[in-house]
Amino acid sequence: MTETVTLEVLRYRPETDSEPHFQTYTAPYNEDWVVLDALNHVKDHVDQTLSYRWSCHMAVCGSCGMMINGEPKLSCHAFLRDYRGKTIRIEPLDHFPIERDLVVVMDSFMAKLSSVKPYLIPKPEKPLDDGEHLQTPLQLMAFKQYTQCINCLLCYAACPQCGLNDDFVGPAALALAHRYNLDSRDAGKDDRTGVVASNPGVWECTFVGACSDVCPKHVDPAAAIQQTKISASLDWFKAKLMPGASP
Amino acid sequence: MDLISTDVVIVGAGGAGIRAAIAAVEADPSLRVALLSKVYPMRSHTVAAEGGAAGVVKDNDSLDNHFHDTVSGGDWLCDQDAVDLFVNEAPRELVQMEHWGCPWSREPSGKVAVRPFGGMKIERTWYAADKTGFHMLHTLFQTSLKYPSIERFDEYYSTDLLVEDGRCVGVLAIEMRSGRVVAFKANAVVIATGGAGRIFPFTTNGAVKTGDGMAMAYRAGVPLKDMEFIQYHPTGLPGTGILITEGSRGEGGILVNKDGYRYLQDYNLGPPDPWPRKKAMELGPRDRLSQAFWHEQQKGRTIRTPHGDVVHLDIRHLGEKKIDERLPMVRELARAYVGVDPVHEPIPVRPVVHYTMGGIHTDIDTATPLAGLFAAGECACVSINGANRLGSNSLAEILVFGARAGRAAAAFASAAPAGAFHAAANGAEAAHARLTALFMREDGTESVSRLRKAMNETMETGAGIYRTERSLQETCRMLAELRARYQRVELVDRSNVFNTDLIQVLELGSMLQVAEAMAHSALRRKESRGSHQRLDHPERDDDGYLRHSLASCRGEDLPAIDYCDVTITRSQPAQRVYGGAAA
Repeated sequence: MTETVTLEVLRYRPETDSEPHFQTYTAPYNEDWVVLDALNHVKDHVDQTLSYRWSCHMAVCGSCGMMINGEPKLSCHAFLRDYRGKTIRIEPLDHFPIERDLVVVMDSFMAKLSSVKPYLIPKPEKPLDDGEHLQTPLQLMAFKQYTQCINCLLCYAACPQCGLNDDFVGPAALALAHRYNLDSRDAGKDDRTGVVASNPGVWECTFVGACSDVCPKHVDPAAAIQQTKISASLDWFKAKLMPGASP
Repeated sequence: MDLISTDVVIVGAGGAGIRAAIAAVEADPSLRVALLSKVYPMRSHTVAAEGGAAGVVKDNDSLDNHFHDTVSGGDWLCDQDAVDLFVNEAPRELVQMEHWGCPWSREPSGKVAVRPFGGMKIERTWYAADKTGFHMLHTLFQTSLKYPSIERFDEYYSTDLLVEDGRCVGVLAIEMRSGRVVAFKANAVVIATGGAGRIFPFTTNGAVKTGDGMAMAYRAGVPLKDMEFIQYHPTGLPGTGILITEGSRGEGGILVNKDGYRYLQDYNLGPPDPWPRKKAMELGPRDRLSQAFWHEQQKGRTIRTPHGDVVHLDIRHLGEKKIDERLPMVRELARAYVGVDPVHEPIPVRPVVHYTMGGIHTDIDTATPLAGLFAAGECACVSINGANRLGSNSLAEILVFGARAGRAAAAFASAAPAGAFHAAANGAEAAHARLTALFMREDGTESVSRLRKAMNETMETGAGIYRTERSLQETCRMLAELRARYQRVELVDRSNVFNTDLIQVLELGSMLQVAEAMAHSALRRKESRGSHQRLDHPERDDDGYLRHSLASCRGEDLPAIDYCDVTITRSQPAQRVYGGAAA
């Protein structure tokens, strides 16, 4: 008999379901398969009505984040072999409203991302004809890890603070602000401080570190947030002790 | 049906679409730009490009070199005026990306670093480790947030172009979260929806790459150009088709067969030493490398695996430090998806469908024959890629031609405000009615996944790396049958909210049309050129076929295939030379 895997998938169709419920599916077990492959098998051969997001199948587009046995994971990077012999329970990412089945509403995240001004704010602006900015490998290294975020939202699903406070700007967006603040070509830190160092900004973080633990790209948002707190405190002290000095 | 009026609509928010949006609002900040995509911008497949973007910046290089590499790489099917323009504008676009914060890899001096790439005489490929497309896409997306006049419509699936009196004046789209159908009325439309690799079973392309934009233009009467040219990338992971970047060979990786032999020397790409050497061996062009694999396989010199035959890509000699610095994603991907750590073992690889050289017929300014409609990126065919694209030209192409499309659409929209919206409104109503009919239909019998699988299989067997009259005829026959069966496709999911069953049905309809354009164009081209190889017509035939094919939609009938001239300015067709003879 061919080995199979049992999936318990959270279903929710707002037009017909009063509340979410689990539906059980069976898919073939394959040593090389990821959870997404099993879902695609269900979609193609068992139940066309199941909805979820996916595209690249190589852990870089960030579409397919889900709760898998209670942990936020990219379903294209969660191997069936790691769940062998167990039922796999698949739910939409925690801390987001459910739009349909495994699809969550991303509006709040997109607004938060935008709010930290995640783009280079150079001062002065360098004309294109003058060519590239010089940036040494060491200067690149200072912010490079924070450029690796794929916006998969796993860190929002893992962060207890995101569950308690909808306004918390959250790990990915704060790490991205930090990425630009650390870039030797950028002079926009003051423009970002309003959001980043506000109440729903870094001060909301209680340094549990779950965001960094679950990041599939090894970004360390917890470190970015702690560094931002220190920097914001120093700026505050400088402003108090040396009025008139630039922070 | 709702109506949204704007100035410019851009369909597709990958690299080309976002670059177009920024160019349009920079050209005229008073313009309103609606940026539609069936996914959130950072999910677009630009994200998966790895190796880099080509542009001449170093003193040892010249625009002429880049021009000649591209034209010979494309087996002289490129339009040379377009290639000249492309190589001229690419460096400035790459500097622009640097000014927007793209984290390019650097030399110790702080200048941008470049790496060698296949078919390129000089190293000129800018890179951000091996995640160049990812960094470019996120840089573009994040930069786009600066411009309030770019209004995004994320997760809107576009179904039809709206046409008024021979002019494109908008698109019809489905808001996926609600099922609401929206007509966008605009003075100009840009299509930037990427390629169609999902027509094939084994591809590097993500699920989104279903040729929707190509099919939308095709249905509106715009020809698809050079669709027979499909690029197989020589190094995909078996099973998944995950791309292992050409950058790994640019950094010095080698390809060996089951005997540990660098087989490329047997296919006019050697001698193997001295190594590394540009335009030789593993740094030959992709078409030649994928074809060499096919021959090795015929000779029984490839390696059997449960997921098909492979050869080995060996980068062990680069050492752990260099691999982690230059090729970190290659290491991650190989470890996760085939259980191989390239620091200690060679990576199993096989050719995989990667890129559609052909696409929506445009001129050098990205304008299509339909007034008001522009196209850029992989969905378009300008053509700079000819019969075979060189690696790292496409990331530069989305910038150069994305920006040109944005500027051209902005100029067109400002100069010629759309007037009437009568025929277009009727067209929108008719398209809406077709969607409703599909949605309500009770007599569907054909499963979307079975039809898709049959399409995938017939494209691989009949229109793969090597083709024959017979194989193509069989594929054309099968595609006609599948299109007929598609008329009875079954939609199971009848809900309005995020109905991926509906989207997959519509995507399959697009893919079948684009596949038919590919197969018929291939059947009619009785020669071998670049990525189009005919076992029954093994030679290039410049007298007969130094022309672009143009496939036109004829409704439910088979496509019509016509031809147009290739623009040749200063490089007369010659033999493509790689290996020792290219030095």
